[in-house]
Amino acid sequence: MPATWIFLIVLALAAIGYVLGRSRALASASGDSRNLHSLPSYYGSHVALYAAVPSLLLFGLWLIVQPVMIEHHVQKLIPETSYTSQGELNLLMSDVHRIANGLDYAVRNGTLGAQAARDLSTETSDIRAVLANSGVALGSDVSAPTLVAAKEYRALSVTGDSYRAIAVLALALAGLAFAVIKTNRDFRARNAVERVILSLLILAASLAILTTVGIVLSLVFNTIEFFKLYPAMDFFFGTTWSPSFGGGSQLGILPLFWGTFYISLIALAVAVPIGLFAAIYTSEYASPRIRGLAKPMLEILAGIPTIVYGLFALLTVGPSLMAVFGPGTGLGWMQGGTAVMTAGLVMGVMLIPFVSSLSDDIINSVPQSLRDGSLGLGATKSETIKQVVLPAALPGIVGAILLAASRAIGETMIVVLGAGAAARLSMNPFEAMTTVTAKIVSQLTGDADFASPEALVAFALGMTLFVITLCLNIFALWIVRKYREQYE
Amino acid sequence: MTDASISGPAGKPQLKKTSGSLLELDKGTRRRNAAEKRFRIYGMAAVGVGLIFLLVLLFTIVRNGVPAFTQTFIELPVELSEAKLDKSGNRDVEEIKKVTTFGYSGLINDALAASLVNEGITSPFKKASDLNKLVSSSAAAQIRDYVLANPDQIGKTVNFEVLASSRVDGYEKGRVTRVALVNDKNLDAAHLDVADQLKAAGTLKRKFNWAFITGADASESRPEQAGIGVSMLGSLFMMLVVLVLSLPIGVAASVYLEEFAPKNWITDVIEVNISNLAAVPSIVFGILGLAVFIQFIELPQSAPLVGGLVLTLMTLPTIIISTRASLKAVPPSIRDAALGVGASKMQSVFHHVLPLAMPGILTGTILGLAQALGETAPLLLIGMVGYIASNYPDGIASGFLDPNSAMPAQIYEWAKRADPAYYERAWGGIIILLVFLMTMNIIAIILRRRFERRW
Amino acid sequence: MYDSPTLETKLDTKNIKIAADNVQVYYGETHAIKDVSVQIQEKTVTAFIGPSGCGKSTFLRTLNRMNDTIDICRVQGTILLDGENIYDPRVDPVQLRAKVGMVFQKPNPFPKSIYDNVAYGPRIHGMSKSKADLDQIVEMALRRGAIWDEVKDRLHSPGTGLSGGQQQRLCIARAVATEPEVLLMDEPCSALDPIATGQVEELIDELREDYSVVIVTHSMQQAARVSQKTAFFHLGNLVEYGDTSQIFTNPVDPRTESYITGRIG
Repeated sequence: MPATWIFLIVLALAAIGYVLGRSRALASASGDSRNLHSLPSYYGSHVALYAAVPSLLLFGLWLIVQPVMIEHHVQKLIPETSYTSQGELNLLMSDVHRIANGLDYAVRNGTLGAQAARDLSTETSDIRAVLANSGVALGSDVSAPTLVAAKEYRALSVTGDSYRAIAVLALALAGLAFAVIKTNRDFRARNAVERVILSLLILAASLAILTTVGIVLSLVFNTIEFFKLYPAMDFFFGTTWSPSFGGGSQLGILPLFWGTFYISLIALAVAVPIGLFAAIYTSEYASPRIRGLAKPMLEILAGIPTIVYGLFALLTVGPSLMAVFGPGTGLGWMQGGTAVMTAGLVMGVMLIPFVSSLSDDIINSVPQSLRDGSLGLGATKSETIKQVVLPAALPGIVGAILLAASRAIGETMIVVLGAGAAARLSMNPFEAMTTVTAKIVSQLTGDADFASPEALVAFALGMTLFVITLCLNIFALWIVRKYREQYE
Repeated sequence: MTDASISGPAGKPQLKKTSGSLLELDKGTRRRNAAEKRFRIYGMAAVGVGLIFLLVLLFTIVRNGVPAFTQTFIELPVELSEAKLDKSGNRDVEEIKKVTTFGYSGLINDALAASLVNEGITSPFKKASDLNKLVSSSAAAQIRDYVLANPDQIGKTVNFEVLASSRVDGYEKGRVTRVALVNDKNLDAAHLDVADQLKAAGTLKRKFNWAFITGADASESRPEQAGIGVSMLGSLFMMLVVLVLSLPIGVAASVYLEEFAPKNWITDVIEVNISNLAAVPSIVFGILGLAVFIQFIELPQSAPLVGGLVLTLMTLPTIIISTRASLKAVPPSIRDAALGVGASKMQSVFHHVLPLAMPGILTGTILGLAQALGETAPLLLIGMVGYIASNYPDGIASGFLDPNSAMPAQIYEWAKRADPAYYERAWGGIIILLVFLMTMNIIAIILRRRFERRW
Repeated sequence: MYDSPTLETKLDTKNIKIAADNVQVYYGETHAIKDVSVQIQEKTVTAFIGPSGCGKSTFLRTLNRMNDTIDICRVQGTILLDGENIYDPRVDPVQLRAKVGMVFQKPNPFPKSIYDNVAYGPRIHGMSKSKADLDQIVEMALRRGAIWDEVKDRLHSPGTGLSGGQQQRLCIARAVATEPEVLLMDEPCSALDPIATGQVEELIDELREDYSVVIVTHSMQQAARVSQKTAFFHLGNLVEYGDTSQIFTNPVDPRTESYITGRIG
């Protein structure tokens, strides 16, 4: 039974349950809803929830677990002699999927009888031709074990699907029956419903934890996988980055770190002074009207998607810098439009509002009494700001800058488009360099074999990136929070 | 308490006292006022520089992107010769289908040559097929589709408006110059002379390019044909997923954390977790999507459903943070009032607090959606780039599950292509993307203004 | 209504430090101070009393132009300090505030060390030539603020770590360090406990030897204890001004009497 149908049937059961629960409750109170503990709709909802929630949870779980289990089982059918690496196995498995899907498609189209599909064999027919007939193109001829695996895959999927339908619907009916039986005039339906809702709320809230767990697990497992194939020491302390999918790659993270660091540094050198002075101006000097205008205008910079900045770096800033520092002018510092400077400058512009907005809030939360105290002593406004307000706001501002730094380190599109692709350790800001994020993208896009160290290294890079930004964020948020508490 | 009198006036250090007239500025004050002025100017300059960056950015986008909204067309009366298209003469569509687009390009060449003669333009080329470079290679397919739809038109001469090739279009827009054509094998300067004359004759025109907004992506060699429409649909389906998932989950999580959660370490962990997730680089969510949704659960690559799931996880923290802020803004007296008449905690939240906080929640959700709409990096990893979005999804399920691109991913794809004609498309795509973002932000602002409540 | 002939002669015996004439203050549309004229004497403690919102704090802030920091506030009339109009366009409020110091309602030490708090004023006004000079100024000011003995061993610990009363005396020391001629105090004891209040009041009495002190207070007892002159404000008007003893024992205006006896306020 297709998944959509199961879903719809469960929903229908829930609707029926609502009506049943409601009418049974009313009947038990001899039609007078005042005799009930809760409002009639709560009795209905109670039954509906019991019918739908557990069964849908099981359904969701099943959708995730079944393919994994079948995959695991089918993989064993492929003889170990037919592949040498995990990568080859993955390719074989994707063939299996394609054939299985092709057969499904052929059966659905009517070009192949259901029984015929089950009886197919590599000896009696050319599978590739059979599938091509029904519009499914295969890249290569089909070997016997692959076909066997594919057929097993189909068979298991069909059985699994029918068990799924039975289990889910049975659970829905059981839940419905259980709740209907419990329904009578003294049953505290509202409390029961609220308990279920509360647990749903808790479930939603823990999704945040689940996300983090998901991130950490997917990074950790693949990173361990990578370190099995490539020594961790070489990764963390290698000074050369030259992946080659043929093997013999050197995957040292240091050049990428340096590129990330250098670009972030330039970005912060642009964003921090501009952002900080802008924050000082909007919070201390500007009239409410100008503040109300300038602040949102600057914040637009933060709302512009990073792809726009990337394009701006690649097509506008890069060529402009080339016109000034390129070989054409005799300076010759720059060889191509994509460079550390290009990406750094553009990223700096993007970060201005990150620094200015948060700093502005933080400066505003410095108590007015401190300003009064300073002004009352005959200090000028700028002396007050420099010597009283900023020192008082310093922790918060540091937090804002750290958050901006974490943004800079994790920024992807600007460096992918604007910084170039060459990993090198150089001091010249007009040279192309690359970053951790840019390499994550380049190692995981395209037809990479996910089992090779060249692709897995992206997870190790991601792990490093995640740990660094996480530390920065926790530290920055902690500083800002401490700071806020100080003046609350 | 008499310390002051002990040290006495005699013990006072020699101070440079500010005892002069108030009406004259002393030197120190003048210096300090100058410093004050300088400081203030730094601040103004910083704001100014920020605004100038914004203006330059917007100006660049508009200047480079607006040309993408017009396109050069050539009006061409094409004789749909029966001898070439339908030799049997029985108008059987299956028969006509056997003529490939290649068979149609001859017709176009002849039509071009004929229209040159008509306008009294002498062709600088010996062969009619040399004129072919003036016209987009999509023209043949366009005419073929027309013929297949109207086989009865064969044998007649029909007026077509075909796309000019991207170089001719670039010439019309000033992107391609004669000098630059020297090393270009796609077009010669002689073609431009013909184009100029065709323009003078009114056959070659620049018109608004609906196909850019509604159309599909095209292959690398046909920038004139590429449009953003299909990837717009991809974005739309992604946003549907994000909206349907993140609004209820975000509201539920916020309601729990703000109204029900006990103060304990678990809640603390969740809170710290959420604020950290909001600052995790988006590319990390891409890795998560790749590892969990594609490798582990084996959802299809490049599918808007997967993109939507990844973006949901990415925007949830933002939505939760803003939703909690709006819940917090509802004064406790409302909750007390509801509890006071005997409502349960749950009822007080769902009947009173939540509806009052709704405008704020919606505003936050829209802003979260806007952020998700412009996000590119995670989409790179789940394969929504590199795919040529040339087919419209047929139906809802296919919209969610079939490979597609998304607007920002499409823009990235265009920016990577070698032909500068695609850069123009990329900028144009950005204009469309920004129009969407602006609309969403304006809606959010209106919502906030309209329903803002001061307690 | 207050300038009875007897008072007039008494006023002349000491020099006039500040002379306000027909001062009007507006907050946007609100007329906060209505036509106030008052003369403040040298080396005297003058108390401004009156019910909350009567304008006494507002008027105090006009005396060193602290209200310049509020955008919507406008001042009309003249206020002469040593015969010079402090609202003259040529006057720089920075220079004025160095002469007319201010202590605020809530103790507001800067989040810096005790030493830096006191040294702040002398530093920005360039009053010292050397570190030793500055040390001496700081010590003097702290002694003057009657807090030296309590903090001399921890001059470099943060000023925010002191108790409320100590913080307020630190703020007074900080104001005194710039050698002002007038010291304005805006309810300096309202955030303090009775013991700290007593210490600050004692200090105010000592400060009278060198400065004109103007103190805003809502406590009539405090006005009676520390001041020689008292001005009673009501709804933005200066109702009565005279010797403290006379105001409290024999008020001329019935409103003053009502306030003192507790019928309004």
